[in-house]
Amino acid sequence: MAVSAATSDLLQARIKRRPLTPGQVALRRFIRHKMALVGVGILVALILYVTVGTVFFSEADANYVDLRNKLSPPSWEHPFGTDLGGRDILARTIYGGQISIIIGILAVIVSVVAGVLIGALAGFYGGIVDSLLMRFTEATFNIPQLFLLIALAKFFGTKMPAFNLFGRSFSGSVVIIVGVIGLTSWMYLARIVRSNFLSLKEQEFVTAARCAGATDFSLIFEHILPNTIAPIIVSATLEVASAILSEAYISFLGMGVQPPTATWGNMLNEAYNHLEGAPWMWFFPGTLILLAVLAINFAGDGLRDAFDPRSLAATQ
Amino acid sequence: MDPLLELQDLVVHFHTLDGVVHAVNGASYAVTAGQTLGIVGESGCGKSVSVLSVMRLIPEPPGEIVAGRVLYRGQDLLRLDKLHVQTIRGKEIAMVFQDPMTSLNPVLTIGQQISETMVVHEGMDKREARHQAIKLLETVGIPQPEDRYSDYPHQFSGGMRQRAMIAMALSCHPNVLIADEPTTALDVTIQAQIVDLVKDLRDRLGMAMIWITHDLGVVAELADRVVVMYAGFIVEEADVFTLFETPCHPYTLALLKSLPRVDSVSNEKLATIRGSPPDCLHLPPGCPFVPRCAFVVERCQRENPTLQHIASGHKIACWVDVTTGRER
Amino acid sequence: MTRYVLRRLLQAIPLLLIISLILFILISNLGDPLASFGGTRRRLPPADRERLTRQLGLDKPVIVQYVIWLIGNDWMKIDVDGDGIPDAYGTRQGVLRGDFGNSFQERRPAIEVIGERVWNTLLLMTACEAVVLIFSLLIGIYSALRQYSAWDNTITALSFIGYSMPVFWLSLVLIYIFSVNFKRWGLPYFPVTGMYDLEVGPTVGQIVWHLVLPVASLSIVSIAGYSRYIRSQMLEVINQDYVRTAYAKGLPERMVIMGHAFKNAALPLVTIIGMDLPLLLGGAVVTEAIFGWPGMGRLYFKATNAADIPVTMGILVIISVLVVLFQIATDITYTFLDPRIRYE
Repeated sequence: MAVSAATSDLLQARIKRRPLTPGQVALRRFIRHKMALVGVGILVALILYVTVGTVFFSEADANYVDLRNKLSPPSWEHPFGTDLGGRDILARTIYGGQISIIIGILAVIVSVVAGVLIGALAGFYGGIVDSLLMRFTEATFNIPQLFLLIALAKFFGTKMPAFNLFGRSFSGSVVIIVGVIGLTSWMYLARIVRSNFLSLKEQEFVTAARCAGATDFSLIFEHILPNTIAPIIVSATLEVASAILSEAYISFLGMGVQPPTATWGNMLNEAYNHLEGAPWMWFFPGTLILLAVLAINFAGDGLRDAFDPRSLAATQ
Repeated sequence: MDPLLELQDLVVHFHTLDGVVHAVNGASYAVTAGQTLGIVGESGCGKSVSVLSVMRLIPEPPGEIVAGRVLYRGQDLLRLDKLHVQTIRGKEIAMVFQDPMTSLNPVLTIGQQISETMVVHEGMDKREARHQAIKLLETVGIPQPEDRYSDYPHQFSGGMRQRAMIAMALSCHPNVLIADEPTTALDVTIQAQIVDLVKDLRDRLGMAMIWITHDLGVVAELADRVVVMYAGFIVEEADVFTLFETPCHPYTLALLKSLPRVDSVSNEKLATIRGSPPDCLHLPPGCPFVPRCAFVVERCQRENPTLQHIASGHKIACWVDVTTGRER
Repeated sequence: MTRYVLRRLLQAIPLLLIISLILFILISNLGDPLASFGGTRRRLPPADRERLTRQLGLDKPVIVQYVIWLIGNDWMKIDVDGDGIPDAYGTRQGVLRGDFGNSFQERRPAIEVIGERVWNTLLLMTACEAVVLIFSLLIGIYSALRQYSAWDNTITALSFIGYSMPVFWLSLVLIYIFSVNFKRWGLPYFPVTGMYDLEVGPTVGQIVWHLVLPVASLSIVSIAGYSRYIRSQMLEVINQDYVRTAYAKGLPERMVIMGHAFKNAALPLVTIIGMDLPLLLGGAVVTEAIFGWPGMGRLYFKATNAADIPVTMGILVIISVLVVLFQIATDITYTFLDPRIRYE
C-alpha cells in the first residue's frame, strides 16, 4: 500500500514551516502595521530635526534678540518668522524641540520607575502592602493631572537653580517639570504591572525559582518582571506622547519651563497674545508638537498590536 | 416528491492571510418536506459553512460563495436581493446554532428575543407576540413560562437556553429548520431531552429538518437521510438504515468503527482514524482522505473521485470497493 | 442593587479621606499659611503672628492639624493668649463644612468665590460631554459598519490626528480661523472671550454662541478618541454569535445594529466616559484660560498664579470629590444597564 509517500509528504510540509520566536512574530505584525512605520518615520525625522539642526543653528542663534526684526512673518532669512524679541523661530523650535523631547523621555523614565516599583511591590506582596499602595494609587489617580501639575509646578518651579550641561544652560525648572510630570503619571502603569504580577506570581516558574532559593528581589526583577515587559514598553511609549503634551500644557500656561530656555510649549505661551498678528508664532511649534505626539501614537499603537495579537482582529 | 431545499454544486472559499481555504467543494444535497437530513463529519469539514451559505450568513469578505445554487422552492437564494432574503430567514427557513450562551443576546430578555421575530415577520403587536412567545416556551418544555419570559439568558441553564433557541426558531412556523450541532455543547442527558423534544415537534409540525452533528448516535435517532462530508466534499449519501448497515465509503466505515459499543469486549482498544484532519488550505490533487484511508489504490492519489450512485438512493465518492479492497 | 450602591458609597469614604490627606500634605508645603493676614506687603508683628499661629492651630502636630483642617476647631477651646490655658473657641469650620479659608485675592470665603464659578464650568463640561457622546456614537457606529471603506480610513487617520492634538493648539487654530479671519472676511464670527456679550447680557442665545468655540476645541479631541473606541467595540460585537442569530431570524439591518449590537457595544462606553472626567476637567483649565470663560479652571489658574492657597486647595478638593462621585455614578449606571451584573 502506497500510503507512506502521501503521509510523509504532508509531514515534510509541516516541518518546513519552522516556528518563529515571539520576537519575530511581533516584528512581522509590526511591519504589517503600516501606520506604525509612518509613525516611526516621522519620529526619526523629528529627532534628526532637533539634533542635526544644531549643526546649522547655534544656541546663540536661537536666543539672539533682534528687536528691529520682531514679529516678522516667514521669509527666506527666517523661514518660520520671528517672535516678540526678534528671535528666529526656526532655531528656537530646534532647541526647544530638544528640551520638549528630552523632558518627555525623562519624565517617562521617572514615571515608569515609580509605576513599576509600586505595581510590582503591590502585586508581589499582596495583602496590606497591596491595599495601601493601591489606595494611594487610586487616590492620586482621581486628582486631575493638570491641576496637580499646575499646583506642583507653580510652587516648586522656582526652587531649583539654573545649571549647565553639555555646554548649554538650562533653567532649573526643567528638572522640576520632569519630576512633576513623572510623579503625576505613574498610576496607570502601576495598575497594569500590579495585575500582571498578581497573576504571574502564581505560576509554577515562580514557585520553582523560590524553591531554588531565589530572594524576593531576584524573583521580582529577574523572574517576574521580564515576563510583563510588553505592556510596560507599550505604556511607556504612549506615555512619552502624553508627557510631551503635559509639558506643552503647563508651559503654555506659563508655569512650566521658564524662559529663556525654550520649549515648544512655552513658545506657544508667548504666541497667545499675538494671535491675530503673528500666527506663525504658534503655528510652527504647535504643529511640531502635534507631529511628535501623532508619530508616537502611531508607533505605540503598532507596538500594542504587535505584542497582543488578539487586539489586531477587533480593532483593524 | 420535489425537494423543498436543494444545494447544487456549492463552492465556498475563505480568503485568509495564509491563502485560500477551500471550505466547501461542490456540495449537493436536498431535503423534502417532512424529511430530516443529517449531515455528519469532523470539525472543519464544511458542514456548517454549507448550511450558513443557505442562509447567506457567510461574512463576505473573507468568505466567498464561488459557485453553485441554493434552491428553495425553485428560487435560487444566492441570487436574491437582501430584502428578499430577510423575509425568508426566520420565517421560511429558521436556524438553531451550536452554543446557546453566545448565540443569545445577553442584554435582552429571552422573551424579547422570541417575540421580535414574530413582530417582524407576522406583523403581531407586542402583546400578541408576548402571548405567543409564552405558549412557545411552554411547548418547548420550559416551566413557568410567564415568569421566564422576562429572564435574561444568563439566568437559564444550558439545556433551557437551547430550548429557548428552538422556541425562537419555531416561532414563525418555518418550513425548514436547520440545526447546526445544537447539542454538542450540552451534556448527554440534556442532549437526549433536546433530541426527544425536536423529534416530537418535527412530527407535530411536519417540518423539513437539516441536522448537523458529528455524533452518529444522534443521526441514527433523528435522520431519514444522511450525508457524510470530508474536507468540504460529500463522500457518502444514503438513507439512514443503509448507512449504518452497509456503509461503503472508507471514511464512513472508519467513523462507525470508532464508535464505542455497549456490547464490545471490555479490553478491546478503541479504534481511531489515524492521521490528522485535512488542511483545507492546501488540498492534494487526489482524494483528500488518502493519508488516513485503509483502502488506497494508485488512482486515489491522482484523481479525486466524484460522487456516484452505487445503488438506488446510495451515492459515494470513492474509487475502491471496500468489500474487496480493489478498484471498482 | 441598593446594596451595591451603598457598598460603593462606603468604599468611597476611605478613598476621599486619602485624597484629602494627600492634598493636605501638599498644602502644608506650599507656603506660608499666614500670608493672607496682614496684607500682601506688611509683615505681621511677632505677637500677632504667635496669636494667629495658636488660633489657627498651626503649633499642633501635623496629624492634629489635618483633623482640624477637616473638621475645624470652632467646637473646641484653644489657647489664644499663650498662657497654656484654653480660653476661646477656634474660628475654623473645617473643609467638611466647606471652609477653606478666605481667598487671598478677594478677601472673602474661598468657597464663595469658587461657588460662583462652579456652574459655569459644569455648563461647559455638560455641553461638551453631550456633544462628545452624540458625535462619537454617530461616527464610531458608521465607521464600524463601513469598515475599510474610504470614509473609514479617512476618519481613522483624522482621529489619530485629532487625539494627538494639544487642546490649546486646536483652540488657537479655531480662534484664528473662525474668529480672527471670519471677522476679516466679513463673515459672522465667533467671539473669543467670556460667556456673553456684556452689552447684551446673559441670554441663552449669547451663552450658546459663546460656547461654540470652547466646546468645539474641547470635544474634538475627545470625539477623535472615543469614536475609535466605539468603532472597535462595534466591530467586536458585530462578529459575535448573537448578532449572527439576529440576522438569521430575518430581522432588518437597523434592528440588528441598534437593537442588538449597539446595546452591547455601548456598555463599556459608560465606564470610559466616567474615566474621562479628570481629563476633561484638565482640558477645561486651558480652554477657560484661552477663552476667558469664567469657570473654575480659569479661577484655578489665576489663583495658583497669585499663590492664593485657600482657593487653590478648595478647587483641588472639590474637583477630586467630583471625580470620585462621578466615577461612582458611572459604575452604578453600568451595573444597572448590564443585566448580567444586575441580576447576580
